[in-house]
Amino acid sequence: MKAILTLDNLASSLVTTIWTPVFVAIFLAIITHAFWPRNKAAFDEAARLPLREE
Amino acid sequence: MWFLALCSFERESAMPQPSISKTMTTGESGLAFIFAVAAFLCLVASAKALDAPFAFHAGLSAAASLAAVFFIINRYYDRPAALPPAEINGRPNYNMGPIKFSSFMAMFWGIAGFLVGLIIASQLAWPALNFDLPWIQFGRLRPLHTSAVIFAFGGNVLIATSFYVVQKSSRARLVGDLAPWFVVLGYNYFILIAGTGYLLGVTQSKEYAEPEWYADLWLTIVWVTYLLVFLGTVIKRKEPHIFVANWFYLAFIVTIAVLHLGNNPALPVSFFGSKSYVAWGGIQDAMFQWWYGHNAVGFFLTAGFLAIMYYFIPKRAQRPIYSYRLSIIHFWALIFLYIWAGPHHLHYTALPDWTQTLGMTFSIMLWMPSWGGMINGLMTLSGAWDKLRTDPVLRMLVVSVAFYGMSTFEGPMMSIKVVNSLSHYTDWTIGHVHSGALGWVGFVSFGALYCLVPWAWNRKGLYSLKLVNWHFWIATLGIVLYISAMWVSGILQGLMWRAYTSLGFLEYSFIETVEAMHPFYIIRAAGGGLFLIGSLIMAYNLWMTVRVGEQEVQIPVALQPAE
Repeated sequence: MKAILTLDNLASSLVTTIWTPVFVAIFLAIITHAFWPRNKAAFDEAARLPLREE
Repeated sequence: MWFLALCSFERESAMPQPSISKTMTTGESGLAFIFAVAAFLCLVASAKALDAPFAFHAGLSAAASLAAVFFIINRYYDRPAALPPAEINGRPNYNMGPIKFSSFMAMFWGIAGFLVGLIIASQLAWPALNFDLPWIQFGRLRPLHTSAVIFAFGGNVLIATSFYVVQKSSRARLVGDLAPWFVVLGYNYFILIAGTGYLLGVTQSKEYAEPEWYADLWLTIVWVTYLLVFLGTVIKRKEPHIFVANWFYLAFIVTIAVLHLGNNPALPVSFFGSKSYVAWGGIQDAMFQWWYGHNAVGFFLTAGFLAIMYYFIPKRAQRPIYSYRLSIIHFWALIFLYIWAGPHHLHYTALPDWTQTLGMTFSIMLWMPSWGGMINGLMTLSGAWDKLRTDPVLRMLVVSVAFYGMSTFEGPMMSIKVVNSLSHYTDWTIGHVHSGALGWVGFVSFGALYCLVPWAWNRKGLYSLKLVNWHFWIATLGIVLYISAMWVSGILQGLMWRAYTSLGFLEYSFIETVEAMHPFYIIRAAGGGLFLIGSLIMAYNLWMTVRVGEQEVQIPVALQPAE
């Protein structure tokens, strides 16, 4: 069967092709953010948050 | 309303106010008006009802609406002219009333849910126990049990702890005056409608989503209010950073809203009757149902309770979170992966094969974030391991995390198709669910309530740590009996179903497999009984903590700067 290119299936194949790399990229960005050396102090501080309230 | 007295309802915020003329807020007058209209409409619906359960629910709702109007007006006359301030002497004026109410209801529904569980476990062992009464037969009591423990007990624990944690970790008072009360009372009213509906035979037959259309609509209103209260408090926060527990709570609240709306579109047969038909049928409905069902596990029973883990374990152990970075990755990995795991509930069905494999693959990938989170929770005790010996509450919290690790190992394994071909439809599934539900969700909730009740009621500590110890060991023994009985029974059942004779006939008739289960059903009921006894000990302990516990002395000093 020959695939017919319509706006609908173009959009759908774009979406289905793009979301995987997009989600992977977002996730990698989050990991980078979490392990970025300059953020370490802020995260160590946040880890103590339940202990220093009130 | 004796329990409101127990909640010492909002007294903590009563303090001398400059004299202002007292007027009703827009919220008070608006809500009172809406409930008055609702009472009238419910009365009409009750009169025109097509079936008896609907007439009962509509009548109950009319009465509840009237009670709400009375409650709002009465509360208005009782309160000082000015609403409670957000801060007193520079310290946040935390709103503990709704938290106390939800904690109380959690304990109440917990006992009810465990009791119904014990009854249906006994019915399976001794079927005569259904007494041939339609209201208490297994098919009606089973959803009552699951809803009572998951949504009533677990839900109230989540609402109570989330309202506490979001205030404390944001250093801000809960937003809204009536809104937090609307959330806790409205949610428990939903439970009441759902539960009585099951007993009367009202169900849309979707697992964990049994309530019919009108209960679903009501829950939507309550849940959106919950989201707004939580989000509003986060937005108002004094603490610049949004603590990781709040991320987990927010994921839980948002996702449950999406799941609820996604799985429940249905067309009522009549606006005056309880029956409705789901918008889509067949395999689409099945897929939607298990997308919902598994993410109820993932976001209600996991994300919400992980929020408890990330706040209560550090706080109780007086240690910082082992790795905050890991908690961020834990969070996002769960968010990205969980939502795809649902199809593993539909292995070897009409669901397309690739979808089954997709569900299996994502379930296996979930191993990593689950274990990352478990390690993060356990390692938070580094430097404080000795406290496990002396503090049974901390032990309960830590053992819950160990159960989390165990059941999130077992789950992905069971999602593998060849394993599932043995385990599916057998008691192994029930055993798996309960190692997660009793061991993880149950114990983390108990641990959280043991912390929360003295904090919310401003007590120095629990009435008796010795009783916590008894609760811990009795309940642990109950869980071990329960899950080991179900493992043996489930695998035996699966093997008997697939056994062939040398001539190619099935070796066992179905009733022979049922007979083989009998001893394990008795052991399971015994385990459930022990778990129930543990919860009764807990209820007594918490009750005495509130009644006779020593008041914590409040030191009225200004907020300490963060070190």
